Amino acid sequence: MASSPSPRRAVIIGGNRIPFARANGAYIGASNQDMLTAALDGLVARFGLQGERLGAVAAGAVLKHSRDFNLTRESVLGTALDPATPAYDVQMACATGLEAIGSLADKIKLGQIDSAIGGGVDTISDAPIALSDGARAGMLALSRARTLKDRLAAVASLRPRDLAPAAPGTNEPRTGLSMGEHQALTTEKWGITREAQDELAAASHQHLAAAYERGFFDDLVTPYRGLARDNNLRADSTVEKLAKLKPAFGKNLGERATMTAGNSTPLTDGASAVLLGSEEFAAAHSLPVLADFVDYELAAVDFVSGEEGLLMAPAYAVPRLLARNGLTLQDFDFYEIHEAFAGTVLSTLKAWEDPEFCAERLGLDAPLGSIDRSKLNVAGSSLAAGHPFAATGGRIVATLAKLLHEKGSGRSLISVCAAGGQGIVAILEAR
Amino acid sequence: MADQYLNFATSGLGRSLVKQLGLPAPVTLRRYREGAPLVPGAILVVGSSPLAAELGELLLAWGQEVRTHDAGDSSLGAIVVALDDLESPSGLSAPALTVSPALRKLAPGGRVITIARPASDDDAPAVAAARQGVTGFLRSLAHELRGGATGNGIELAEGIGLEAPSAQGALRFLLSGRSAYVDGQFIRVEGTGGSLPANVDRPLEGKVAVVTGAARGIGAAIAKVLHRDGATVVAVDVPAAGDALAKVANEVGGTTLQLDVTAPDAGAKIIEHATGRHGRLDIVIHNAGITRDKLLVNMDAAKWDSVMAVNLESQLRMNQAFLDAGLPGLRLVSLASTSGIAGNRGQTNYGASKAGVIGMVGASARLFGELGGGINAVAPGFIETEMTAKIPFGTRAAGRLILPSLQQGGLPLDVAEAISFLASDAAGGINGRTLRVCGQSLIGA
Repeated sequence: MASSPSPRRAVIIGGNRIPFARANGAYIGASNQDMLTAALDGLVARFGLQGERLGAVAAGAVLKHSRDFNLTRESVLGTALDPATPAYDVQMACATGLEAIGSLADKIKLGQIDSAIGGGVDTISDAPIALSDGARAGMLALSRARTLKDRLAAVASLRPRDLAPAAPGTNEPRTGLSMGEHQALTTEKWGITREAQDELAAASHQHLAAAYERGFFDDLVTPYRGLARDNNLRADSTVEKLAKLKPAFGKNLGERATMTAGNSTPLTDGASAVLLGSEEFAAAHSLPVLADFVDYELAAVDFVSGEEGLLMAPAYAVPRLLARNGLTLQDFDFYEIHEAFAGTVLSTLKAWEDPEFCAERLGLDAPLGSIDRSKLNVAGSSLAAGHPFAATGGRIVATLAKLLHEKGSGRSLISVCAAGGQGIVAILEAR
Repeated sequence: MADQYLNFATSGLGRSLVKQLGLPAPVTLRRYREGAPLVPGAILVVGSSPLAAELGELLLAWGQEVRTHDAGDSSLGAIVVALDDLESPSGLSAPALTVSPALRKLAPGGRVITIARPASDDDAPAVAAARQGVTGFLRSLAHELRGGATGNGIELAEGIGLEAPSAQGALRFLLSGRSAYVDGQFIRVEGTGGSLPANVDRPLEGKVAVVTGAARGIGAAIAKVLHRDGATVVAVDVPAAGDALAKVANEVGGTTLQLDVTAPDAGAKIIEHATGRHGRLDIVIHNAGITRDKLLVNMDAAKWDSVMAVNLESQLRMNQAFLDAGLPGLRLVSLASTSGIAGNRGQTNYGASKAGVIGMVGASARLFGELGGGINAVAPGFIETEMTAKIPFGTRAAGRLILPSLQQGGLPLDVAEAISFLASDAAGGINGRTLRVCGQSLIGA
C-alpha cells in the first residue's frame, strides 16, 4: 500500500455536478449560489442526506460578487442539509475545488470531522462587474463626508472616465498577459505541435461523449435548467475539423502560433460537489465507497520573472507527491491532467520526460518518464466538458473515483494548474 | 392544471348558476387527512348474515358509530351492505330497499359499500345471477350518488371471511378518504395473506419502496404518499429528469436513482440500490410511462415501439429480475390506464401497452405470490396532470365533467392513495387484480 501513514482513511463516497454550460448560454440568470445549491441538493438527493449534519462543506468560486462573502454557507442554507452544517469558502483560483476537497480529507483523516462535501462553482455569465477604482474612491469619500463642502468636493472628484465599470479579467495582474498568452509561450518553449494539441482535444471530446453514451455520468451529473449534458461537448469532433480553426493565442508568434479555440478551454458556467467521509461514516449510512483520497500537494512557480511557465506548477508538485508516497509516475491506472489548454497537458508530460528539466528544475536523478497515454483523461477532460474554474476539481475527483471503483483496483493521479503560477495534484486509490 | 370549473362550481355565485342551468355540480372530494374521522357520520350496516354481525362488531372496534337499522335523523357517513348470503336474485330486494331511504341521509363524501361473493361459472345459475346482480346494482347506485359520495364493493372469494386482513384492509380503504376518486369499483379478496398495520396512519412503516417515473406528475405524488405512509422512497427516473427527481427525493427524504427503465440491467440496478443503500426492497411501483398519441393510420414504428418498451416491456424485464432475485414478500403495483380497458382514440399503442399491463399483472400474481408477495395494477381515469393538460380543451372538459360520476378529474394524489393501499401488507390477500381510479368514468386518458 502506498498510502501515507495516517490515523484513518478519508474515502470518496460519490459526486454530483450540474452539466457545464458555455458562458452566456444556458445558465444566464443563474448565480453562483443558485448553481452551487443545485449541485449540493443533487448530491443530497443521491445519497439521502436530507436533514443530515455534515462535518463541513467547503467550496468556492474564482469570480465572486462581494455580496457572496459567505457563498458556501448561504448555499448550504438553501439545501435540504441540516442547517447546523458548517460551511466555508475556499479560493485558490482553478485549484479551489481540489484544495477544498483535499483539506476536508485531511480533517477527516485527523478525526476532526466524519463527513464533508467539497466542491466549487463559477459563472462567467453572472460575473461581478465592479465600480472603477476612481468611482469607488469618490463614493467612499462621499460617505465619509460630514459637511456640504466635503460632499461637494467628493462629488467633484468623480471624473466621467470613472463611471466605466471594471469587468473582471482573467489576465495575470503582474504580467498583464492572459492565461492563453502565457501558455502560448510555454507551448512554444516545449515545442508542442498543433497536431498534438488537436489530437488531445479531439480525444477529450470523443472520450467524454463515449462516457455519456455508456451511462457513466448517470450518477455523477444532475440536469440543470434544461441541460442534461455539458453543452461544450462535440461528440463528432475530429482532428480534421479542429485543424481548420485559426490560432487564438500566441499573437506574437506569427506562423508558429498553435493554440486555437478548439484546443483551449472555453469560458464556462457550472458547479460540482464531492461527498467525503470516514469509513465509519460510509458504513453507518450504508453509502458506497468509491476510492480513498490518499494525499495531495501544492506547488507554485516564479512565472513573473519568466523563469517558468504560468501553468507549470503541477510539474513540480507531482515529484514531491510521488516521493512522499513512495510511487513512480508509472504506478497509476488513470491520470487526469486538467486540460486548461492542450498545450498545458502536453508541456507537462514533456517536462517529466525531459532529463534536463527533471535534473535542473526538479532536482531528480532521472526523469519521471512518460506515461501510458491510453490511461490519460479516459472519460474526457476540460477541453470537452468545459472549465468553470472552481468546479473542475470536483468534476475530476468524482470522475476518477468512479473510474477506479469500476476497475476495482489501482490508483489515479490528478493534476490541476491554476492562475498565479500555482498547481495542485492528488492521488486517489481504488476501493 | 387546476380544474377551473370545479373552483367556479363550488364558489357562491357559481353554485347557484350551476344549479339553475342544470350543469354538472362537482364538489370538492373528501380526501384523507391524518386525524380526520374515517367516515363523516354513523355507519349503517345492512344485512342479516353472520358476516353482517361481525361487520358491526368490527366497525365498533374501529371506534365508529354503528347502526343496524336506520333510526334517527342524524346523517350517515356510510352504508355497508352485507350480501354474502345471497342465494337467488330475490334476496337482493330487501337489502336494496333498506338502502333506499337511507340514501337521503348519506353525508357529502359518504360511502356505500357492498360485501358479496363474486359470481363464478361453478355457481348454481341462480346463485351466480344473484351475485352478478350485485355488480349492476352497486355500479348503478354509484352513478346516482352525489355530493362526492361513492359506491364500491368488496368481493370475498369463497371461504374468505371478514377476518382476512385484506377484507378489513379493503373496507378501511374504501370507507376512508384515501379512496376519494375510486367509484363504482370492486376489490376482490382471494387470500387470507397479509397483515394489518400497527398504526393505520403509517401502514408502510419500515418498508423500502421504489417508484419509477417519480420526477413529476403521478409518480411524484406516489413518492410523497408512500413517504407519508411511512416508507423510505427510492425515486427513479431517466437521467434527463434528474433535477426534478432530486427535488422529489429531497422533499420525501429518499434517494434518487437516475435510470432508464428500458435499460437491460434496470432491475438489477434497482435491487442493488435499494438493498445496498436501504437494506431491503419491499415495494416496487411501476409508474414510468409515456404517451406517443397518433391515429393508427398515422402511426410509425418509433411511436409504437417506444410506448411498448417503456410502458410494458421494461416492466416484464424488471419483474423477471425481481423474481430471479427471489425477493421475499415483494409487492408490486403497475400503472395501467382506463385506456387499456375502454380504449381511447389515438392511443392504439398506449392502449395496447396498458391492457398488456393488466394481462401481465394477472399472469404474474402466482409467481410473486409464491414468494409471499403480490402484484396488482391501478388504472387511472382522467387525472389532472401536466400530461392531461395538453389534451385539447373540449376533450378535457368532457373527460372531467360529463362522463365520470364524480363530475371532475382526479388528482395524482388519488391514484397514489390506491397504490399505497395495494402496496401495503393489508392488501396481501389481493393479487393479480386491476383497480380503477377513475371517478366511475367510461373513457380513458
